[in-house]
Amino acid sequence: MNNSHHLNYLEQLESESIHIFREVAAQFEKPALLFSGGKDSITLVHLARKAFAPGRIPFPLVHIDTGHNFPEALDFRDAMASQLGATLVVRKVQDTIRQRSLTEPKGKFPSRNWLQTYTLLDTIEEFGFDCCIGGARRDEEKARAKERIFSVRDEFGQWNPKLQRPELWNIYNGKIHKGENVRVFPISNWTELDIWNYIRKENIDLPSIYFAHERKVIQHEGQLVAISEFVQPDEQDLVMTKKVRYRTVGDMTCTAAVESTAETLEEVINEIVATRISERGETRIDDKVTEAAMEDRKKNGYF
Amino acid sequence: MDLLRFITAGSVDDGKSTLIGRLLYDSKNILIDQLEALEKSTKNRTDGSVDLALLTDGLRAEREQGITIDVAYRYFSTPKRKFIIADAPGHVQYTRNMITGASNASLIIILIDARQGVVEQTRRHSIIASLLRIKHVVVAVNKMDLVEFSQDVFNDIVIDYNQVAAQLGLKNITYIPMSALDGDNIVDKSERIAWYTGKPLLDFLEEVQLDDDVNLTDARFQVQFVIRPQTEELHDYRGYAGKVISGIYKKGDKVTVLPQGIDSTIASVEIAGEETGEVFAPQSAVLQLADDIDISRGDTIVKSDNRPQVSNELEVLLCWMDDKPLLTGNKYLLQHNSRVVRAIVKQVEYKIDVNTLQQQPVEGNVKLNEVVKATLKTAAPLVYDSYEKLSEYGSAILVDETSNSTVAAVLIK
Repeated sequence: MNNSHHLNYLEQLESESIHIFREVAAQFEKPALLFSGGKDSITLVHLARKAFAPGRIPFPLVHIDTGHNFPEALDFRDAMASQLGATLVVRKVQDTIRQRSLTEPKGKFPSRNWLQTYTLLDTIEEFGFDCCIGGARRDEEKARAKERIFSVRDEFGQWNPKLQRPELWNIYNGKIHKGENVRVFPISNWTELDIWNYIRKENIDLPSIYFAHERKVIQHEGQLVAISEFVQPDEQDLVMTKKVRYRTVGDMTCTAAVESTAETLEEVINEIVATRISERGETRIDDKVTEAAMEDRKKNGYF
Repeated sequence: MDLLRFITAGSVDDGKSTLIGRLLYDSKNILIDQLEALEKSTKNRTDGSVDLALLTDGLRAEREQGITIDVAYRYFSTPKRKFIIADAPGHVQYTRNMITGASNASLIIILIDARQGVVEQTRRHSIIASLLRIKHVVVAVNKMDLVEFSQDVFNDIVIDYNQVAAQLGLKNITYIPMSALDGDNIVDKSERIAWYTGKPLLDFLEEVQLDDDVNLTDARFQVQFVIRPQTEELHDYRGYAGKVISGIYKKGDKVTVLPQGIDSTIASVEIAGEETGEVFAPQSAVLQLADDIDISRGDTIVKSDNRPQVSNELEVLLCWMDDKPLLTGNKYLLQHNSRVVRAIVKQVEYKIDVNTLQQQPVEGNVKLNEVVKATLKTAAPLVYDSYEKLSEYGSAILVDETSNSTVAAVLIK
């Protein structure tokens, strides 16, 4: 066969994701893209732009803001949205906590991670979104490995792993009843390394915290956590200044930094290739609680 | 570096999960914290060994029951290839999950326990492979350590399986003797099976030829979405977005839009807003036509000299996937990639026994996991090729309009 008619793995993944984006735009009346400012959702936006070029992305970007974000990620979010000319909807967990008198999480690392679900479900209701596109990948975690690309949620946003629709060939059934909602994951089949290789290939900009920089940190169960207005050191903590980068960008309260000297994309990729620890294992403080933590959160409407 | 999607068929008893765990582990695709979590789960077991099978059991319900319920997707890569494994359960009550996992696979690994040889489950998995026309088959004769690595045992299984394969018309079969538990012939060639001169499994997976799997001859393009920016500079722009299902499209090609039957010429082919001159399967692209024609989602653009079939009566195989039975005369939505039409199941002719491939009369309704030959009548003409000729364009699903569930896989004859 003629080699010029051959797609490498990144091109195949890209084509599959673009196909999924177009199915979303065609099958749903009010889709939204959930944007967090992390590399996976930045990649999603890049793919969406390619899917609908030369037109604009035909749905808004929605950010569920926990109030614990890295300022660098928020700046990046705003710059990206304005450059794309995309509609950006921001809804704050802080407001949901007030309106619904939710109880703030306590402790040294007060993660609002699962409170996001409340704000997300309220936002879905407020705008009548029938589909939310997210950047989850199946390689991230065991429960994700079994989720469909089109994942139907009931009116409480809940995932029922035992009642998933068969998903055959490249045919996606997005039919739902009123009040239900579909979560769509266009980069389900990408791995962490695929994302990084694609970012390099496509020259995609990332927030600066993905690259090595100096930061004041403390050590918590072997992980480095940055000092910020949300995380304050105890008397026992030894505050250190270290050169670190972030491998994922979540909340400042539940994302750990990685000691690193990698200042360029190339160097970051080399470090990720060499690491023997998974992305979630290295950087997420909140997944360690129980073995089935993600399965439980998803059943309750989490992404 | 390219991409291979494969499915593993077999049950926990055949060592399927152990095989996948071993592939990931020996190719260094399992990371330390995942291994720690594994050791933690294994502590609840009595024998104390690390159970590689636990790596692939995702949901708590599955871990508690020690079975796989749903298809799980696993990812690993080597310097040569990226691999996506659809890990599907093997028991007969999960036939629908296996078909789901197999629908995107270009290779299947069928596990045989060397002590058991070819059994009913082997036949069932092979029949599914043949129905779905999976292009490459690996027969993994596992647990060779329990038959003293006997070449005779292996050869007997090869002879038996060859008969099954001949009946089913399966081609491209590769046999590998192995022990997933100990790692023989998974990543490294086994010294204990010195009489086997072929490749270990991973080498085979890395080297199997995939180039011919994409049809570049019969050009098919189905419109997913019409891009109309309606901005000042792109006022008249009208681009048909879709994935090239098969074949190659170039600027200037004479094309026909189906089912309307209207001829036109390709004015431009684009990817991500840039003209590329040509596009080919399986690229996601945008086509513009020279003429102003009314085209919408679900319409097909083909080259005028190579046409698919157009009909509103279809002979199909249905794999029934819903708990509610199929009722003859019921209406369903037929979704054929991006085209959705109403369809009636007019007649169910016979049932295929997935253990023997025999045709049997249908008594009563068609139930979950049954495969039947049926006739569908559609409310509008469908543009298609037979599944045999072009699986990507001969496959569809049925959707129950009242529950919105996907109730059947459709293979068009």
